[in-house]
Amino acid sequence: MAMINFLLLPILIPLITGVIMIFFSKNVIAQRWISGISSILNVIVSVLLVQKIRQDGIQTLDVSSWEAPFGITLVSDMLSALLVLTTSIVACTTLLYSFRSIGEARERFYYYPCFNFLIVGVNGAFTTGDIFNLFVFFEVMLMASYALIVLGGTKIQLRESIKYLLVNIISSALFVITVAYLYSVVGTLNMAHISERISEVGQPGIVTVIAILFLVVFGLKGAVFPLYFWLPGSYYAPPIPVMALFGALLTKVGVYSIMRTYTLLFYHDTGYTSKILAILAILSIIFGLIGALAFSDIKKIIIYNIIIAVGVILFGISAMTPDSLTGSVFYLIHDMIIKATLFLLVGIMISITGTSNLKEISGLIKQYPGLAWTFFLSALSLAGIPPLSGFIGKLLIVKGGFEAENYLGAAIVLLSSLLILLSIMKIFINGFWGTPRSYDGEEKVPVKTLMIAPIILIMISILYGVGAEAVYPYISQAAETLVKPEIYIDAVLKE
Amino acid sequence: MEIIMIFVIGILFMCATYLMLSKSLLRIIVGTGLLSHGAHLLILTMGGLKKGAAPLLGENAETYTDPIPQALILTAIVISFGVTAFFLVLAYRAYQELGTDNMEKLRGMDGND
Repeated sequence: MAMINFLLLPILIPLITGVIMIFFSKNVIAQRWISGISSILNVIVSVLLVQKIRQDGIQTLDVSSWEAPFGITLVSDMLSALLVLTTSIVACTTLLYSFRSIGEARERFYYYPCFNFLIVGVNGAFTTGDIFNLFVFFEVMLMASYALIVLGGTKIQLRESIKYLLVNIISSALFVITVAYLYSVVGTLNMAHISERISEVGQPGIVTVIAILFLVVFGLKGAVFPLYFWLPGSYYAPPIPVMALFGALLTKVGVYSIMRTYTLLFYHDTGYTSKILAILAILSIIFGLIGALAFSDIKKIIIYNIIIAVGVILFGISAMTPDSLTGSVFYLIHDMIIKATLFLLVGIMISITGTSNLKEISGLIKQYPGLAWTFFLSALSLAGIPPLSGFIGKLLIVKGGFEAENYLGAAIVLLSSLLILLSIMKIFINGFWGTPRSYDGEEKVPVKTLMIAPIILIMISILYGVGAEAVYPYISQAAETLVKPEIYIDAVLKE
Repeated sequence: MEIIMIFVIGILFMCATYLMLSKSLLRIIVGTGLLSHGAHLLILTMGGLKKGAAPLLGENAETYTDPIPQALILTAIVISFGVTAFFLVLAYRAYQELGTDNMEKLRGMDGND
């Protein structure tokens, strides 16, 4: 395969793996081996892709050699490549966790093919340079997620899948409608070309309307206030590895799409759009915090923390300064890793105790010190305590907020860290401290093997925080494309 | 011509919204069907309804209609077809397991369930 097709590999590898595995769905051992190997391969390929972009700049591929605005162009800039890498890491570790926890009944009914198709959708959405192709990859991702959320067919899964499906059908129809409006205004679908055409007409009112429609569409996918109402119920239903995958990846694709469209397409007249974005971001943080503090159910607490993180990242995007955008990229990657870690850890807690109600759990630290301290580290990291990974992203976002003179917003982002810490420490203090109880939940939980995945993730997260100096050039290269969309446009249209 | 289409599509969206806000699950699915009809007709309309030959080079015409929206619709149709089929089967399964199609009764019990 020629080197120019390199950026296709993170989409092709899981696609081919998924297709192959359909043929022998009942052979669970083979399924595990093949999907495990392919996910490791995917991580390696993504690392190489990141390195290549670091050396040679943005990689573009005109599929079938149709020149840029006419065919579908795949574009891998640093942001896409880093997100693809993070996705591959999260996928690899979640897969490892699935081996011991998802149960053979689910594995025999196409769990691994669906898993791989979900990764195809997510990696494709991060890599595409065409707005309709983005829609198609969204659908690939969503359909795989429909199958994963309902797989097993318990009552709660059936009930919540109906709502999840309905919300996403509506938001997909809205996506099609918005693309239709945009096509009638600019007459093209290639994102770089759309951006160029919008610059030519200088963002008239109708383009701002389309920008807001895109915010509604991606806000529904990414759980932004007031469009997050579906998330707490839907994410509560599926089994833990699926929940980790959803929490780490799905909403982040919506956030990435907002980031991409608002920095590449609609950056000419930002007065109105960024004000709206800032207000929604702050409200997401506040409502997420209310949820995270209100519940004493450990799954619910983590789920509401997703909404808070989406708000923090969007606040960084709304400020539109180089610092805040760099911070948003930093925080986005950190959050994907740490949410996966937290869900997996919480999953272990639930399978030990047999309940997710915090009031019925206490004293786990006596028997499971490893689990407790890993959870403690990831809690600190989530809140953004300095040497850990959440710190720098939030620091830059707050700094960007001050530069953009949104003092109230920046103050709320700062204050939110405190309350996030409170919400997550509630789990630690109530669940791990106190007098140990005996649990008759599940008979025997392979805690040691299950712990491998979250430990790998937390180590990556710690390295990401401590080695921020080493990571920074990559992140700032990613943010550079966001700050200067010309780089992206020139790379695609080759001018 | 576009004006008429816009009005018709608007009515489709209106009906879809009304149906999706109802209690019965089947009405909601019918609503999603109407919604996707509206969206597909909207792509066709927004691509322009100027007269021209069907986009076949064998027609040897002066002007053709825009082929891109037609390709987009075709993609969107099969996608919504797949999703609708899944949704219908899901509704059937949910009816078998939960014994109701009333959305009001498909609520979570409080706490763990």
